[in-house]
Amino acid sequence: MNSLRRSDASLLGLLAILAATALFTPSWLMSLLAVALAKSLVALGLLLLLRAGLVPFGHALYYCLGGYVAGLGTPWLGIRDTLLLLALASLLSGSVAFVAGFLMRRYRGIFFAMLSMALSMILYGVLLKSQGLGSSDGFTVARASFFGVQTAGVGAIRSVYLLTAVVTLLAAWGVSRYLATAMGHVGPAIRENEVRVEYLGASPSRVIHMEYTASGALAGGAGALVAVLVGQVDPGMGFWMTSGEFVFIAILAGAGGIWGSLAAAFVLEGIHALAFEYAPQYWKFVLGAALLLLIVRFPSGLSSILKTRGKVPS
Amino acid sequence: MSTLLTILIDGLIYGAWLFLVAAGLTLIFGVMKVLNIAHGNLYAIGAYVAATAMGAWFADRPPSFAAFAIQLGTAMVAGVVMGLVLERGVLRRLRGRDEVSLALATYALLLVLDDVIQFIWGTSAYPASAPYGLLGSSEINDLRFNNYEFVLLAAAIAVGLLLWWLLQRTRTGRCLAAIIRDPEMSAAMGIDVERLYLATFVLGAVLAALGGALTAPMIQVAPGLGAEVIVVTFAVIVIGGMGSIPGAAVGALVVGLARAATIHLFPFAEVFIVYAVMALVLAVRPEGLFPQAALRKI
Repeated sequence: MNSLRRSDASLLGLLAILAATALFTPSWLMSLLAVALAKSLVALGLLLLLRAGLVPFGHALYYCLGGYVAGLGTPWLGIRDTLLLLALASLLSGSVAFVAGFLMRRYRGIFFAMLSMALSMILYGVLLKSQGLGSSDGFTVARASFFGVQTAGVGAIRSVYLLTAVVTLLAAWGVSRYLATAMGHVGPAIRENEVRVEYLGASPSRVIHMEYTASGALAGGAGALVAVLVGQVDPGMGFWMTSGEFVFIAILAGAGGIWGSLAAAFVLEGIHALAFEYAPQYWKFVLGAALLLLIVRFPSGLSSILKTRGKVPS
Repeated sequence: MSTLLTILIDGLIYGAWLFLVAAGLTLIFGVMKVLNIAHGNLYAIGAYVAATAMGAWFADRPPSFAAFAIQLGTAMVAGVVMGLVLERGVLRRLRGRDEVSLALATYALLLVLDDVIQFIWGTSAYPASAPYGLLGSSEINDLRFNNYEFVLLAAAIAVGLLLWWLLQRTRTGRCLAAIIRDPEMSAAMGIDVERLYLATFVLGAVLAALGGALTAPMIQVAPGLGAEVIVVTFAVIVIGGMGSIPGAAVGALVVGLARAATIHLFPFAEVFIVYAVMALVLAVRPEGLFPQAALRKI
């Protein structure tokens, strides 16, 4: 209980630091931080599934869906408020994930990864062919407004940044609380031995379904935040390489739990920014080499994510 | 009626192309349990090498049938080299890891190879049309088909028969069957498992490179080639059941025909029909049409 409270306090502390930086950081850095925070929001959702040994290679589906919902909310529904757009995007992505979950919950291992990728590629294909939605160019997303106040310029970036920080840290808090519950401990058990979990009376499929839905809602929210921040959405948000990046963050996060997810996204965005500044054409090389090194040299980075606190003899 | 025939021929040709690329992927997965996400890059390397070699050779010569020798020869060399490097350099260090870690490692290879390809060949497109015009064209039902496309069909059938013969009728094939069942026991029985893993991976890489080289004359060889191919071939082998060569053939046919049908009837669905079919097949048969038998651990 004590350690839980400490992590809650640390999250609050981090939020205070992030909020304070908004006062003096230049807007490019704020955008960078906001994107990193949004990506860690996706990674938090992936963490749930990775703990159960499932690699969701298709969460770009929900990320992209959230982005498009946020973008279309203004012209189609007349919603201008960023908070409402965020809620709508998250709700819709979560609902789609809930429906898809009935299919996904039956799969494990490599098939889960492949099927989730297939689903995300369906959305990508549809968006690519939808001329009303700008085909491969996507479209411009309306400027952010908060409670009827229209923001612009640095103010817009600052407000979206602060919102992203609050939402992400709230989600991190929620995930850390969830992982401490009995249900939160079922994930690693599923990975170890699913049949025994069934014998013990828990339903692996139901837990996976629930976690899948939650991760879809989180990814949708992240997509909406990025869409409002960048002011543009395009089908690339749903391409399978985007999913790969999310998986990369989650793998990099490794054993770190929620803190790992936050740190990994910041590291990735940091490398991203540096690579873009100095060697834009070798960004993927750096990313791939790092991932390879991680997998070859630190096999525990992959599996230790699944470790429960007290080590159970196998 | 004529639309139906067009769909059939288009679907067959597209399916043949899919099978050429997917056969290597499913072979590698079947034997080594490695879902090689970098397979698309091997395909791209084959296409680039063949295009570059043909471009250099035909820069000051008229097109001739030597094109086929150059195209296939260079791609084969590229496939062997890449296969050896990736297997010995990376995959061997990861023996015994779970399928998901292995797939992630090859995903990392994809990222690395993408930039390596871009470093070597740049971002401009390479035309490689030399063999395309050599064979003339034929007319079926008022529709013109380049005969080169039928070469693709013949190549796919040849590859399929060769693999069937290799796996069913040779000693190596029986050793592979044993390894698929139980690598450890096979090693205890005196099968050189390491050598066969290497051979399998190299063969798969060569098939991918050949697929790329054969496709090069029909397209512009440009960046992004591998990423487009790999997801479609995934769909093919997942539909067929991962690790099954006949499955890959059926999957390629299903995807090829479905895609040809949508292109002619509902062009809107062209990009995603492949994945829709895959999701549909998986919903009905969770492990694809011809799954490998697996043990259930309790």
